[in-house]
Amino acid sequence: MGMSYRTQKQVIPYLFLLPAITLFAIFLVYPLVKGFQMSFYSWAIMPGKASTFIGLENYIQAFQDPVVGVAFRNTLIYTLVTVPGQMILAMLAALLINAITRGKIFFRTLYYIPVITSWVIVSLLFRYLFQSPEGLINYFLVEVFHIFSEPIPWLQQAATAMIPINGLGIWKGIGWSMIIYIAALESIPKELLEAASIDGATTWQRFRNVTLPLISPTIVFTLVMLMIGGFNVFISVFLITNGGPMQQTEVMLSYMYHQAFDFINFGYGAALAFLMAILIIILSYLQMKYLRRPEEIS
Amino acid sequence: MRLSRFFIKNYPLYLLLVLGAVIMIFPFLWMVSTALKAHVFVIEYPPQLIPDNPTWDNFIQAWNANNFQVYFRNSAFVAVVSTILSVLFSAMAAYSFARFEFHGKEFIFYTLLLVLMVPNMVAIIPQFFLMKFLNLRNSLYGLILIYTSTNLALNIFLLRGFFEQLPHELEEAVLIDGGSYLTIFTRIVMPLSTPALATVSIFSFLAFWDEFVMALTFIDDPAKRTLPIAIALFQGQHGTQWGLVFAASLIALGPVLIFFISMQRYFVGGLTTGAFKG
Repeated sequence: MGMSYRTQKQVIPYLFLLPAITLFAIFLVYPLVKGFQMSFYSWAIMPGKASTFIGLENYIQAFQDPVVGVAFRNTLIYTLVTVPGQMILAMLAALLINAITRGKIFFRTLYYIPVITSWVIVSLLFRYLFQSPEGLINYFLVEVFHIFSEPIPWLQQAATAMIPINGLGIWKGIGWSMIIYIAALESIPKELLEAASIDGATTWQRFRNVTLPLISPTIVFTLVMLMIGGFNVFISVFLITNGGPMQQTEVMLSYMYHQAFDFINFGYGAALAFLMAILIIILSYLQMKYLRRPEEIS
Repeated sequence: MRLSRFFIKNYPLYLLLVLGAVIMIFPFLWMVSTALKAHVFVIEYPPQLIPDNPTWDNFIQAWNANNFQVYFRNSAFVAVVSTILSVLFSAMAAYSFARFEFHGKEFIFYTLLLVLMVPNMVAIIPQFFLMKFLNLRNSLYGLILIYTSTNLALNIFLLRGFFEQLPHELEEAVLIDGGSYLTIFTRIVMPLSTPALATVSIFSFLAFWDEFVMALTFIDDPAKRTLPIAIALFQGQHGTQWGLVFAASLIALGPVLIFFISMQRYFVGGLTTGAFKG
């Protein structure tokens, strides 16, 4: 390149950014802006027919739609169940794996396999396991452990259909947080833990007062990522119950998808999508703002 | 002797780990078992983990079923090309953010971060119209472009962190010797970042290989389907033929598992090199 360094310093950053920013602008930023616009319209799908501006009507409809209430509740419960579920079990697994000397890689690999398996495959697998009456879960509960006398129609009734979906969310995600926690645990200086032991700290006290504060940025990171993931739940619901029975297991994204691509209410779907986006951004922002603070002070 | 004492001392830990491992792996064993059973035996009661007459029939039938090999090729093509483009473009952009000061730097980076927080599916409706408008529906190239785009923000974010930690001295030496920034990027930054690039490539490839929602929404033409769509539809078409569905799933999962187990140190390595210290 025959440019002077001054020119290079001014031109190179933009040249290097160009491909990424162009794609990003066309396929993400533009659609997001367009979607925001669509959410204020009754969007016409027929070519040549004009869409009508209806202001906030889609949003008002969303707040009055009982299925949105159900979908929001299911999404919220899913997040409140699967996020702590994954974090606690992942931390337990990480502590155990960190404590042993033989077979670390073996267990780490096994626990990570659900993470790398696609949502499509594990969703179908869980649907198969939770079949009724002849599914494997029912077989264990009824015939092997005698916990129930009758097989449970897991996926046929609203009250139980979210259980496999939540269970899948935890089971599939443990390995991801676990790998990150193991890395964080390995970075803790051994001397600190030994010093605490010499001072007579119990295992729990060492974990609570030495380990936990040192890895708290990692915990916040996983919390934010898992929470975003929790609100994003879609494929498992789409493939396990598809929102049924009677739309009782819809989550926000599945309901948005059904409104848009089954009921052809694109404007309403766009409004639902934006409500989700706004919610997630506010929650992530609050988490990062308030949960990071104690760490930065200490 | 010492070994057994070690296990005796630590047996509660191993007991818990084995219990956990059983819970993580048992569903997969069940999937394999179902795939190895002939159709008639799949709904059996009581269920049997080890089939009496294991057979590869389901695998052979799935592999030869309508277009399955085409779906496999489509998935491989889309995932490989998208990974290359996404990693290359992200690395270039990340280098720009890590080493240069320019107008709009903060603005562009925070826009990336903001969009990173927004769920990918939020834009699915307008993206559907965009793909239609650009004549990219039912096109594997369309999928490649949109896959690449959706992965950029995360990769840029991760790679920027890594590039910032690289020592400046080597780059200054190149400039003193008369090299350009392009030389620095191709000869210094990229080779020094192999572990980070490998990690980002692996995660991108996995995301593309498994991607479901966009392929479901933008592709109608059966000849252009990718594996995740094919497997989900397979279940729809073949109803209770779970053996067939799981044989197809295992064929899709195979390459991922091999890839993961052989590249494991990059999976873990990437997470520990500070890529996640945001």
